[in-house]
Amino acid sequence: MSQEKTGSMPDDMEPLTRMELMISYALRVGVLLSAAVILVGILWFALTQNTGYSPVLPHHLRDILTFHQTSGPGFFPTALPAVLRGAMARKPYAIIGLGMLLLILTPVVRVALSVLFFLVQRDRLYVGFTLFVLAVLIFSLFSGIG
Amino acid sequence: MEPFTFFVILFGSSVVAGALGALLGLGGGVIIVPVLTLMAGLNIHYAIGASIVSVIATSSGAAATYVKDKITNLRLGMFLEMATTTGAVVGAWVAGVLPGRALSVVFGLVLAHAAWTMYRSREEDVPTGVKGSALATRLRLHGAYYDPALDRKVDYQITGVPQGFGMMWIAGLISGLLGIGSGVFKVIAMDTMMRAPIKVSTTTSNFMIGVTAAASAGIYFLRGDIHPFIAAPVVLGILAGTMAGTHLLLRLRGAAIRKVFLVVLVIIALQMVWRGIAGTVR
Repeated sequence: MSQEKTGSMPDDMEPLTRMELMISYALRVGVLLSAAVILVGILWFALTQNTGYSPVLPHHLRDILTFHQTSGPGFFPTALPAVLRGAMARKPYAIIGLGMLLLILTPVVRVALSVLFFLVQRDRLYVGFTLFVLAVLIFSLFSGIG
Repeated sequence: MEPFTFFVILFGSSVVAGALGALLGLGGGVIIVPVLTLMAGLNIHYAIGASIVSVIATSSGAAATYVKDKITNLRLGMFLEMATTTGAVVGAWVAGVLPGRALSVVFGLVLAHAAWTMYRSREEDVPTGVKGSALATRLRLHGAYYDPALDRKVDYQITGVPQGFGMMWIAGLISGLLGIGSGVFKVIAMDTMMRAPIKVSTTTSNFMIGVTAAASAGIYFLRGDIHPFIAAPVVLGILAGTMAGTHLLLRLRGAAIRKVFLVVLVIIALQMVWRGIAGTVR
């Protein structure tokens, strides 16, 4: 990483890259953590032979293959409070759901941290851009559209 | 079929899809969706829901690599994410309204186009004589990187900001609608419209994919399209497969077998179009 190679880059490129690199490693940790939670959910599911929600297997498989509307609240949790409550109660589908939510939140954390480092750069324009992206992500997580 | 057997089959196919996706430079999501809908007979909404979370996993897991190589243009990526995330939200919303048949047709067309683009992928050249636009200068989008193949530092200027931004919105829309990374469209926007060097376009696109996917994944989750029984084995499988495939990639680059796979993929894509029209997908 010699200065020569990046010589004519904007002056702020070096610290920017270093911070972004740290954020990227944090991202990798986020992905591995999510994968671990999903794996725990799968193993718990296999062990208990129960989704934690009705109906139980094996009718469920046919339901999955036939209908889309099976995804109602009785089948698996689709909102943050329900996922958290279910995971606390050690319901396998809720634990898997928690892993999925962690995975979805991982890039959101990256964008939130990016706001910080554009702040450190005193780059108001890009702080604004990044905040906009963050707002869109938060909107999609809580809007309930669709 | 036993639920457990089905679960293992889902995992196995996802490993293969992930490896193949990395090998072809297309990503695992674009391959697993046809596998789940055409072969396993799953509802396409579930296939897309499982795919979108896999896209987050593979792109975020690899993000550090893209930054370390210093080719990624972080400002360009962040600026364009404003377009891709808003497009993705709209796409995810539209996907909830469209019937599965229509999604299958659109998916097939997009996949055919992407596979064909990769098939005739051209030389990695650096555009010369590009005069950066005033808007790009004001946004500080121009950049430079060290190219080891050329053994020199490459300075580049960005132009066509409005067109590139618009194309990125469409790339985001497609990503949200079909649950894929839509890297091919992101590259078109940066490479063809904004005239960034292909290496910069590719790495910056990869860098953006996770954030774009997160914008639509939230909507898919709330809608109940991310089914635990389907998404769990698919995410873990694609993650494992992609890691393996990235190592294979270096050995098989430019090999004839890659072209064969891509032609097969075009045929599968047309199958999705046909099945959508015939109404035999859910």
